[in-house]
Amino acid sequence: MKLTTAPLTVTLRVNGDDVTASPDPHRTLLELLRYDLGLTGTKQGCDVGDCGACTVLLDGAPVLSCLVLAADLDGAKVETVESLAAGPELSPLQGAFVDRGAAQCGFCTPGMLMTATALLRVSPTAPREQVAAAIAGNLCRCTGYVKIIDAIEAARDALSAEDSDTPPSAASAGRPGDSSNDTAKICKGGARS
Amino acid sequence: MIGRRLPSVGAGDRVTGRVQYADDLRFPGMLHAKILRSPHPHARIQGIRTERALALAGVHAVITGSDMPNRYGILPWTQDEYPLAVDKVRYVGDAVAAVAAVTERIAAEAARFIEVEWEVLPFVLEPEAALAPGAIRIHDDKEGNLTKHVHLEFGDVESELAASDIVVDGDYHFEGTTHAALEPHCAIGKWETDGTLTVISTTQVPHYLHRELSRVLEIPTDRVRVIQPPLGGAFGGKSEPFDLEFCAAKLSMITGRPVKILYTREEVFYAHRGRHPMRMSYRLGATKDGRLTGCDARVVADGGAYSSFGLVTTYYSGQLVTAPLALRAYRFDSKRVYTNKPACGPKRGHGSVQPRFAFEVTLDKLATSLNIDPIDLRRRNLLAVGDRTINGFLLRSNGFAECLDRVETTSGWREKHRRLPRGQGIGMAGSFYISGTNYPIYPNNMPQSAVQIKADRSGRVTVFSGASEIGQGVNTMLAMVAAEELGVELAAIRVVTGDTDLTPVDLGAYSSRVTMMAGNACRKAAQSVAERVRTAMARRWETSLQEVVLADGRATCAGRTDRDVSMAEAFALTEAELGSLGGIGHYHSPSDGHGSYRGATIGASPSYSFTAQVAQVRVDLETGMPTVEKIWIAHDCGKALNPTIVEGQIEGSAYMGFAEALFEAQLFHDSGLHKGPSLLDYKIPTALDCPDLAALIVEAGDSEGPYGAKEVGEGPLHPSIPAIANAIHDATGIRIDSLPFSAARILRLLRENAVSH
Repeated sequence: MKLTTAPLTVTLRVNGDDVTASPDPHRTLLELLRYDLGLTGTKQGCDVGDCGACTVLLDGAPVLSCLVLAADLDGAKVETVESLAAGPELSPLQGAFVDRGAAQCGFCTPGMLMTATALLRVSPTAPREQVAAAIAGNLCRCTGYVKIIDAIEAARDALSAEDSDTPPSAASAGRPGDSSNDTAKICKGGARS
Repeated sequence: MIGRRLPSVGAGDRVTGRVQYADDLRFPGMLHAKILRSPHPHARIQGIRTERALALAGVHAVITGSDMPNRYGILPWTQDEYPLAVDKVRYVGDAVAAVAAVTERIAAEAARFIEVEWEVLPFVLEPEAALAPGAIRIHDDKEGNLTKHVHLEFGDVESELAASDIVVDGDYHFEGTTHAALEPHCAIGKWETDGTLTVISTTQVPHYLHRELSRVLEIPTDRVRVIQPPLGGAFGGKSEPFDLEFCAAKLSMITGRPVKILYTREEVFYAHRGRHPMRMSYRLGATKDGRLTGCDARVVADGGAYSSFGLVTTYYSGQLVTAPLALRAYRFDSKRVYTNKPACGPKRGHGSVQPRFAFEVTLDKLATSLNIDPIDLRRRNLLAVGDRTINGFLLRSNGFAECLDRVETTSGWREKHRRLPRGQGIGMAGSFYISGTNYPIYPNNMPQSAVQIKADRSGRVTVFSGASEIGQGVNTMLAMVAAEELGVELAAIRVVTGDTDLTPVDLGAYSSRVTMMAGNACRKAAQSVAERVRTAMARRWETSLQEVVLADGRATCAGRTDRDVSMAEAFALTEAELGSLGGIGHYHSPSDGHGSYRGATIGASPSYSFTAQVAQVRVDLETGMPTVEKIWIAHDCGKALNPTIVEGQIEGSAYMGFAEALFEAQLFHDSGLHKGPSLLDYKIPTALDCPDLAALIVEAGDSEGPYGAKEVGEGPLHPSIPAIANAIHDATGIRIDSLPFSAARILRLLRENAVSH
């Protein structure tokens, strides 16, 4: 094996922008986002993959950015909470979190939103139990999860109402299916008790 | 405005990641610091050598205990901590030295290069051992390790118990728990070029931190500024000064550069100040028709290494079980004890969650013995509005009876209690809690909260308050109160909170005091602004002040359609008529709502909230595994200023109580090392673990509260734990008197119960 001390350069796409970085080998995606790119919307709650506050989407799937090495991300697509709003408009999920009082202190909110965004992309009709299972890797200390799950369900219903306004063929086109395999991918964590 | 389900102020920033918490802030030239912590539960520091750490490239300063030799502590009477240990460490994790470097990683590495010469001392981890004769001294000036002892008796307890038809007793143990707010503590010290100090901190008590920084660092208070950004949760875990604030400040004073310290999650567990482990013994008497007679309580609280709020905790552990039910006589004896563990302090429901568990389970035992329905038993002992509790607290309002009705009806109590199949059960409990304390932490006659409001020709209204937004909705509360009084929409209000240079003093987000105190202050300030506007408009319109109405963003004159201007115009006209436009308001708590004995004021509040809960559980009789299926929570908050936020507080409180009941425990190895200082090992419930929570708002308005409002942030936690314990009894016949209610503990009790029958 050949060892090198030359800096590794990676190019990744973060929230639609190409970013080139030369991270130290131990630099995590969380550190890259917060310290190098100034995207502080992603939160550090534990730094060891326990709390879910740092959840971002990596190639569409939720990951704990504190456990992902930045140097490993050449060619990857990363989405953070800063990407959710379309211009000045909040996404339906963000709007539901605002309306339903789902963001009390707000510290778990970015991670929670990213997990829920991924869920609703792959399982747009996810029932309440599946919503709870999907966010089981995102700890919240304020809400008891009631209003968070309510908000995700409200966004789900709003999104599917939007879809039903368009012809059925268009609504289903280009959207991943609601198969159990898709669901399994995005259900991080689980009951830890 | 009041009573509307409006989105909370700042929610848009929270869902877009724009809100800046302390760790999101960076400043040019900022250094990062790390704190070296003790590996020993008790040891004397013989010497510290910092040369090797200082020599490391990138290191700018190292400080030790001798750099800050003044003691501090949240209560002026019990200051027993140093920012960095002087002479001795008293728990694993006690701060010893701090290093500032260009990166966090270098600071952490440099901390390992600090050489400490230890004289390891014997240590004590259990309060019983710490109280034993001949025990080692954790604080050299405190023999016996007793941090506080309170003994109070109201009425003649022994006579009442002797004359009772029945007396039930029980011994209870509440394991300690911690707050585990998702945001770790963080502080930034900034020595400014004008010779002042700014500290930005995740504190829920900026005013008290301001005072302590000044005292410990020997800088006049007018040269210290504390800024408190929005907090990522607190729950009492950020309600006193911590080592990192002093260290970040001192390192900035030395280096002249901003210095940030961010706790690791592990450090948060060692900083702790969470719920005290308590051993409690109760004797409670009643007549055969279910009238409570005397109650005798003994409490021993494990305080950990420092005093923290312990003096208050010791009082609260006895003072705050005396409502919602009437007692003829009551006595409590509470001791708080030093041990070589992280200090305990205030966690949501400070001091009273543990005895509430013991008291409500004892009541349930009484109900079983008397064969009286637990809800009916409580109905036979209600206190009324205007009554005083046995320890002298005046109840200006009381919605407890309605709380009982609501949970009884909505839970289907009558059809379920003692009627569900074995393995399923339903239980209930009640409680009350304070809406702030009648007196501040340091004795003074100044207001507990003050608010300034500025308005001008733009139409914009700015509310300045020292209150702390920690996620509970303070900024929304202030904005809604100001909007209500001025007749403007929420969008016209800007709220500035938590900056000691910019905002008038508020004592902090603790003891559920903010809506009561900052809310009243804000209301008065807004009323004074509104009065100025109406005075100016009345003059302009040549009418009386009473005829001028401020509503829906407009100033109008009753019955005159031609007299109708926007609020911006009204403010401009007021500026022209009366000069600048502003108002101030403050809140003094009443001093008539308590007795006159020593300690009578501790636990006294302007008003009290009430809660009743029913919990429904399922217990697997083979494995002991408990599942809480649903909790119904009826909470009397006086007036729900914003029902969505009130529900959020009720749900969050009940969740946290449920979590402590089933999962959480702050446990230590025999070496004094924490057993699992991580969010994996310290089990807090996920979305899959949580029960359904039904939040039911009861509004028994209080004359002291703004619009009748009382507290909601802490009260609804109290009954969750005993309601679950009582439901487990209904499901299985076992009495579970120790926390947490783990499957292993339940299974053991089920087996013992089977043998004894």
